[in-house]
Amino acid sequence: MSVDAQAQEAHAGAGAGHHEEIPWLRRYVFSSDHKVIGIQFLFMSLFFLVVGGLLAMAMRWQIAWPSSQEMPLPGGGMLPDVMVTDGIMLPEFYNALVTMHGTIMVFFAIMPLLVAVWANYLIPLQIGAEDMAFPRLNMASFWLAAPAGILMLASFWVVGGAANAGWTAYAPLSVSEVYSGVKLGQQLWCLSLIILGFSSLMGAVNYITTVINMRAPGLTWFRLPLSVWGLTVTSVLVLLAVPVLAGGLIMMFFDITIGTSFFQPEGGGQPLLWQHLFWFFGHPEVYILILPAMGFVSDVIANGARKPVFGYHAMVWAIVAIGFIGWVVWGHHMFMSGMTPVLGGFFMVSTLIIAVPSAIKTFNWLGTLWGGNIRFHTPMLWALGFVSLFVIGGLSGIFLAAAPVDIPLHDTYFVVAHIHYVLVGGSLFGIFSAITFWFPKMFGRMMNEGLGKLHFALTFIFFNATFFPMHMLGSGGMMRRLYDPTQYPHLQPQQDTNVFITVCALLLFASQLILVVNFFWSLFRGKRAPENPWQANSLEWSAPSPPPHGNWGGRLPAVHRGPYEYSHPERESDYWLQTDPTGAAPAPAPTTSGG
Amino acid sequence: MSNTTAAALERPTTGPGSGFGVYNMKLGMWVFLLSEVMFFTALIGAYIILRFTNPGHFAEPGVVLNVPLTAANTFILICSSVTMVKAFAEIEAGNQRGLRMYLAATALLGILFLGVQAYEYSKLVHEGFVPAAEFYAALGRDGAGAVEGGPLYGATFYTMTGFHGAHVTIGVLCLLFTTVMAFRGRYTAANHGGVEIMGLYWHFVDLVWIILFTIVYLI
Amino acid sequence: MAEFWQLSPNASTYGADIDRMFYAIVILTGVVFVVVEVLLLWFLIRYRGREGRRAVHTHGNMRMEILWTAATAIIVVVIGVGSRGLWLEIKSPDRFPEPGISLDVTAKQFEWNVTYPGADGVLGSPDDFTARNRFNVPVGTPVHVTLRAEDVIHSFFLPELRFKQDVVPGMEIPAWFEVTTAGEYVVGCAELCGLGHYRMMGTMTALDAADWEAWYTAESVAAAQAAGTLNVASVDNEGSVR
Repeated sequence: MSVDAQAQEAHAGAGAGHHEEIPWLRRYVFSSDHKVIGIQFLFMSLFFLVVGGLLAMAMRWQIAWPSSQEMPLPGGGMLPDVMVTDGIMLPEFYNALVTMHGTIMVFFAIMPLLVAVWANYLIPLQIGAEDMAFPRLNMASFWLAAPAGILMLASFWVVGGAANAGWTAYAPLSVSEVYSGVKLGQQLWCLSLIILGFSSLMGAVNYITTVINMRAPGLTWFRLPLSVWGLTVTSVLVLLAVPVLAGGLIMMFFDITIGTSFFQPEGGGQPLLWQHLFWFFGHPEVYILILPAMGFVSDVIANGARKPVFGYHAMVWAIVAIGFIGWVVWGHHMFMSGMTPVLGGFFMVSTLIIAVPSAIKTFNWLGTLWGGNIRFHTPMLWALGFVSLFVIGGLSGIFLAAAPVDIPLHDTYFVVAHIHYVLVGGSLFGIFSAITFWFPKMFGRMMNEGLGKLHFALTFIFFNATFFPMHMLGSGGMMRRLYDPTQYPHLQPQQDTNVFITVCALLLFASQLILVVNFFWSLFRGKRAPENPWQANSLEWSAPSPPPHGNWGGRLPAVHRGPYEYSHPERESDYWLQTDPTGAAPAPAPTTSGG
Repeated sequence: MSNTTAAALERPTTGPGSGFGVYNMKLGMWVFLLSEVMFFTALIGAYIILRFTNPGHFAEPGVVLNVPLTAANTFILICSSVTMVKAFAEIEAGNQRGLRMYLAATALLGILFLGVQAYEYSKLVHEGFVPAAEFYAALGRDGAGAVEGGPLYGATFYTMTGFHGAHVTIGVLCLLFTTVMAFRGRYTAANHGGVEIMGLYWHFVDLVWIILFTIVYLI
Repeated sequence: MAEFWQLSPNASTYGADIDRMFYAIVILTGVVFVVVEVLLLWFLIRYRGREGRRAVHTHGNMRMEILWTAATAIIVVVIGVGSRGLWLEIKSPDRFPEPGISLDVTAKQFEWNVTYPGADGVLGSPDDFTARNRFNVPVGTPVHVTLRAEDVIHSFFLPELRFKQDVVPGMEIPAWFEVTTAGEYVVGCAELCGLGHYRMMGTMTALDAADWEAWYTAESVAAAQAAGTLNVASVDNEGSVR
C-alpha cells in the first residue's frame, strides 16, 4: 500500500509543478511527450486493427457463402452498389478488400502497434531518458501517420474504388487502369504509403539516436532489456528498408500518373523490378513485424517465470543476426516469379539459414521457463501463446523455404495460414502481451485479470480453429485471393472447411469485444496500479504509474545491473530493480509489494 | 531539469549514457542520411537493371544529354561544398562575417545549380526528351521517339535527377534559413551544430550528384 | 476436405519427388513441433508457481546453446542441399529432359490459350492450332511449355502435377512437366490478375499414347487444311502426317 501512496504522491508532485504550464491542446493532441505519442499511436492502430478485421470478416463471408442469395452479406445493403449489389459482393470489391485488409493490417495496425506505440512509449522509460532525442520530430511522425491512414481509408469511396491489386501491388495489374479498373485508388494507395514511410523514417531516426545517445548512467548495451534490443534492430530495418519501398512507390506512381513505364513491358519496363523492390523492402518488413514482439515476450516470460532470460547474449545476437540475414532472403517470395532458378537456389539457402536464430530464440524461451516459478498472469499467457504459435508459423515456413515444396504451396492458403500464424499468432499475441503488461504503467490502472484470461482463451482457440485448417486448404490446392472457390472442381470438397473457418473467424472477431470492454472499463474503473505491479526489474517500473512528463521527476535513474536478475539466491525478494543500489548481500527488500 | 522543454532536448548535448560521443542532432543526421543512401540506391538500382535489360532504350553518352553543360554544373556544386566547408571553418574560429559570407555563397551556388538544371530540362523537353510518350502528348505535341532512345531513358533520367534536384531545393531552403540565422548571430564558436549538420546534408547531396553525373551522363 | 496434411494425388514425374520431400518435412517439423510443445507444456505444469518455492537462478548454459544451434544449423543445411538439386532439375532450363512435344501457353485476362505446333512440329508456323482453356497433352513424355502473358501477371498452376509458374508479360518463361496418369486435371491461376481471377480456370486432359496420336493427328490435319498448308497426298491411310 505504501508504494501506491508514494507513487501517487510522486505523480502529483511532479505533475503539479509541471502540467499547468502546458495547455490542453499541446498536452494531449499536439504533444511532444513520448508517452502521449505512444498512446496516440495505440488508439490509432487499434482502430485500424478493428477496421482491418471487419474487412476480413466481409471476405470470409464471401468465401464461405459465395454470391449466395440465402446468405447475403450482413450490412451489405448499407454499401453502395459498386461494392455490394443486392447483398452480393462484386468481385472487384472483393479484390479491394483483399488488398486493403493486407495493407491496413500490415502498415496501419501491426507495424505501428509494434514499433510506433512501444518504441515511443518504452524506449525512453526502459533506457532511463526523460524523452526522445527529437520530441517534435516524434510528434510530426504521428501527425503524418494519422492522415496517411485516413487517405488510405478514403480511397474506398473514390471513383473506381480502392486499390485492388493485392497488398503486394504486383505490376502491371496495379499500374494499369485498363486491366484493374482502378486508377485514383491506386494513386492514393501509393501516396498514403509514401506519407506513412516518412512517418516511419522520422520514428526510426529518433529511436536509434535515442538508444545510442540517451541511455541512463550505468546502462550499457548488454544491460538493455530485450524489448529495447528488438525495437532498436527493428528501427534500423525500418530506416534502411522503407526508403527502398518509397523509391518503388514513386516509380509506380509515375507509371500510373504520367505514363512512364518502369514496370510496364509495353514501354520496355520490367514487372519483376517492382517485385524485387517490393520484397527487398518486404522481407525486412516481415522481421520488423516480429522482432519487437520477440523482445516483449522475452521480458514478459522472464518476469512470469521469475528467472533471468536464458542465454541473454545469444538472444541479443539472434536479433542482430536476423537483422542482417533478413536482407538477403527477399527472393524466396519470388521462387515462382520467373526469376533465374539459380538465384532461387541461393535464396533458398539464405532463407533456411535464418531459421537458425529463430530456433535459438525458441529454445532459449523454453530454457527460461525451465526451473522457473511460473506466474500465469494475463501477459504471461499471451507470451506463452506467442511461443507455442510462433513455433507453428516458423515450422510451416520451412515448407515454403524449400523451393521444390514451395511449387505446389506458393500462393495458396498454406501461405495465408503461415503469415497469419506469424503475424497474428506471433506479432499480435506479442502485442496483446505488451498491452496487458504495460497497461498499468500507461494508464495507472490494472486491467481485469478474469476478462483478460477469458479473452486469451477464446482468442487462442478460435485463432487456431480459423487458421490451422488453412494449411490443409493450401496443400489441397486452394489459391489465394479467390473470390469464389466453388468454381473449381478440386475445391468443392473443401467448401465445408471454408464455412467452418468463416464461423470461427467471426467468433475470433467477436472475442475481441472482450478486450475492448476490458480496455475501456479498466481505463476508467480499474484498480489503481502500484509503481511495480508485476514485481519486474527494468527501469520503467521504478517510475510512477503513469510516469509524469519528464518521467523521472528531474533525476535520471542510475543503473546497477541487467534487467533480468530474478530470484537471485542471495536476496530475499525474487526481483531486483535495475535501479536498486543495494548490493548482493541479503538486504530487506526495498519495496515489499502489497499485492 | 523538470522544466525540460522539447527545444532543450534537441540542443546539442552529450547524453548521459552517450554512445559515440556525438550530439543528438549530428547523430540523427547521420542516421537519416543512411536512409537517403537507400532511397537513391533504389532509384539508381532500378536504372541499372532497366538499362542492362533494355539497352535499346538508352542512348550513348553525350548524344542526348549535354555533358559539357552538366560538367560545368557539377563543378558549381563541388564549389558549393567547398564554400560550405569554409563556412564551418569560419564559425569554428568564431568568425561571424566569414560564416555569413560563405553560407550565402553556398546558397547562391545551390540556386545557380538549380537554374542550370531547369535550363537543361526545358531544353531537353523541347528536343522531345520526356519521361513518357503520353506525357509528351499531353503537352500537345506528337513525336514520341523524337530523340534517340526509348521512354525508359527519359523516365529514369528525370526521376533520378529530379529527386536529386528536390534534395538540392530543400538544401537551398535550409541554407537560406541557416544564413538568416547566422545574420541574427545564432551560431558561435562553441555552439554551431546547425551549421555542421547543414554541411553534412549538403555534402551528401553533392556526393549523390557526383555518382549520378558519372553513371547517367558519362557511362 | 482434403485429408490431414495431404496433398491431392500426384500425377507428374517430379511430383513424386516433391511429395517425398513434403512428407519428409512434415515428419521433421512434426517431431520438432511435438518436442517443443510437449516441453513447453511440461515446464508449465512442472514449474508452475507455488508459494515458498524459488526459481533456479541461471543465465544460461553455453553447451546446451551451442548444441541446439548446431543441431538446427545442420538440419536446415541438409534441407537446403537436399532441395537444391530437385529445384534445379524442375526449373533450370539447361537440365530439362528432351521434349516429347513443345507448346506455347499464352495467358490473358481471363483465359489460357495453348498453342500446338501442328503437323510440321514447329511453333510459329501457319499450321499451328490453339485451344482455349480446355486442352490435351500426352501421358509419359516430357511436355515443354513456353509461358507468355499478354496483359498482367498470371500463374499457370496445375495442383495435381505439382506445377506452378508465374506468367509475366514481357517475358518468355520455359517450363516442363511429364504426366504419369491419364485423366482430367484442373488448371488454375495462382496470381491475382483482376476481377475475373477467380474464374480463370482451365482443364487439361492427359491422353494415353494412342488417344493422343489420334486426337493430335485429327487436329493437325484440320488446322493444316484451314491454313492451306496441307498437301492431301502426304496423308497416308493410317492418318499420320509426314
